[in-house]
Amino acid sequence: MAKPIITVENLFAQYGDTLVLKDVNLTVNKGEILVIMGGSGSGKSTLLNHMLGLKTPTSGTIMIDDVDVFTAKNRELRNLRKKMGVAFQGGALLSSLTVANNVKLPLEQNTSLDKQTIDIMVRMKLELMNMAGTGHLMPTELSGGMLKRAGLARAVVMDPKLLFFDEPSAGLDPTTAVELDELILTLRDAMNMTIVVVTHELESVFKIADRVVVLFAGEVVANGSVDEIKNSPDERVQNMINRKPNTHRDDGEVYFNRLLDKGGN
Amino acid sequence: MNIEIEKYNNYQVVKLYGEVDLSNSRKIKLEIIKLIKSKNNIIVDFTDLQYIDSSGMASLVEAFNESKENNTEFHIVDANGSPLQVLQLTRLNTVFNLADSIETVSING
Repeated sequence: MAKPIITVENLFAQYGDTLVLKDVNLTVNKGEILVIMGGSGSGKSTLLNHMLGLKTPTSGTIMIDDVDVFTAKNRELRNLRKKMGVAFQGGALLSSLTVANNVKLPLEQNTSLDKQTIDIMVRMKLELMNMAGTGHLMPTELSGGMLKRAGLARAVVMDPKLLFFDEPSAGLDPTTAVELDELILTLRDAMNMTIVVVTHELESVFKIADRVVVLFAGEVVANGSVDEIKNSPDERVQNMINRKPNTHRDDGEVYFNRLLDKGGN
Repeated sequence: MNIEIEKYNNYQVVKLYGEVDLSNSRKIKLEIIKLIKSKNNIIVDFTDLQYIDSSGMASLVEAFNESKENNTEFHIVDANGSPLQVLQLTRLNTVFNLADSIETVSING
């Protein structure tokens, strides 16, 4: 079996007394779409930020393409990041630049391609995102869905091997959300991308995921195919799938310690 | 990535092997544009091309534009697998002249 492109091992993250990631272990295989799913406060964005090397864990390791994200030298990290694209939740465009100039930034900073080649690549990516003719617009002139698609255009402009996408469908109308899901599947199939998506949108999860990792209160409570997740015996997973309020409660001792601010969360 | 250029009737056939990406797309573009500037008709053979990224596709768009300005022919043949998907994804299959084989181009022009 091929080696995973991402391996997360025994990852713990603690902020103050609060443990936000508890012994997280997972792998991402080349060419698959892994969805990290969980409710608000489950730790999914924290996990993503650790994968991107934006946060340092309390303990544990993350290997991406044979590079240890937390101990790598700057040069190794720079090279790794050239293979990675990140689409942030709100698009994260620079407000002082046009859409086209935002999208072309990674190419200008990391390649020596000719200007005309770069301009064509930017227009191709905007076309792909159904945003033809919008390159001259400023981010403030875009709708939420367009901001997200422009952010995705920038994330994939260098055809990364690995794409991280934070909440692709959040805040989008249903039609745009479906379009974005289709686009994610196409990027995997046509561009051979490995894609990690963080979301709580169930329709999106079931449509795009090759595998799903479910996080609950910082812990992985399920990890498997869509069918395996749907049939998970874990009550917390079923509550999430069936949109039931979560009734799971920590035992008395954990609750007692929390009341007295004695650690845990 | 490897590139081979050979003559077939009144065409220069540019055979691409392996993967075209950010590291080599500029070199390929310059090779093809040099041939076009010498008034050669071009066939880019995708038969043994395993992968091409958008810098490679953009380079071929530039070469295609050069051929139009020089009134020469520019064809892509035997796109299959991932390169064909990239052509479709970028909708460049509606831009380029695509054909099944070098022989088809040679017969139909």
